Amino acid sequence: MSNDTQLDLWEVFIQNKAGGNHTHAGSVHASDRQMALQNARDIYTRRNEGSSIWVIPSKYVTASNPEDADMLFDPSTDKMYRHPTFYVIPEGAKQI
Amino acid sequence: MTKQEALFRYLLRLGDNALIQSYRLSEWCSRGPILEEDLAMTNISLDYLGRTRALYQYAAIVEGKERTEDDLAYKRPEIQYYNNLITELPIGNFAFTIARQLLISVFEFLHYTQLSQSKDETIAAITAKTLKEIRYHKVHSRDWCYRLGRGTEVSHTKLQQAFDEAWMYTGELFEMCEEDQILMADGVANNLEALLPAWKEEVSRILADSDIKVPNVDYMQTGSRKGIHSENLGHILSEMQYLPRAYPDAIW
Repeated sequence: MSNDTQLDLWEVFIQNKAGGNHTHAGSVHASDRQMALQNARDIYTRRNEGSSIWVIPSKYVTASNPEDADMLFDPSTDKMYRHPTFYVIPEGAKQI
Repeated sequence: MTKQEALFRYLLRLGDNALIQSYRLSEWCSRGPILEEDLAMTNISLDYLGRTRALYQYAAIVEGKERTEDDLAYKRPEIQYYNNLITELPIGNFAFTIARQLLISVFEFLHYTQLSQSKDETIAAITAKTLKEIRYHKVHSRDWCYRLGRGTEVSHTKLQQAFDEAWMYTGELFEMCEEDQILMADGVANNLEALLPAWKEEVSRILADSDIKVPNVDYMQTGSRKGIHSENLGHILSEMQYLPRAYPDAIW
């Protein structure tokens, strides 16, 4: 975008607590990686949400095309046997 | 001046510096150069406000006259405010706000590092907590100095002008007066004059890395230790204190 004056776009991933996944929180504008980290910190972790931040230039994200959704995702909806729902979960097991 | 008066005055000074700096930063709300920076500056402003509250609450206890933190913020006239003049200067452009923040944050980091070892446990606790915030303020303003100083010709010129304008207000940061001497004797406060070489060294290094010249200014402004301010503080207080003075019982 030639008329975008808002600097480059970065995707922000926040980890809530140590050991957990970094999940997508949103995006920020920044001219360099330090600024991206600081902006992400100020916008997405102000209320104690995070213990770690990743920022990735949005231009490096390759996204699936919504028009391909039928082709990509529909074939899996009628194949229940792909879900591990037929196992008996031992009593007392908290995580499988 | 008794030890109690000295401590009260000292806490007011720390609190006033934080409150006026918070006020100036809050003026960027909705006016930041980009949305992210708008939030960053109001975020820093809120750090300062939190610090102000802790210091005023303790000051009110030390004074022992049943005044509250709000009384101290809203019911003192200009002459009883002891914030450094540099904090009350108008926000100017973005470069000026960044330059001022850097000069103050480098100073505060040195100052609060020593205060975190204070013999007064409450001062030690408040300053130790605040140090984490100051470290971030310093990194944030330092990185912007690099970007502006080594950015375009326009950003470089504006940043150089900002440091040139702010420089004569930096001498006051290191001024010692009666309360400092009294509290220093008891290990409660530290020697501000002794911080100058380290401050100058660090600021000079950051300016050099930003291609900015250290201003060659000998004349230094003074007055705030006696409550003598520039015209700017009156404007700040008249706006800030309007509501509680017009409607003393207003609550929200």
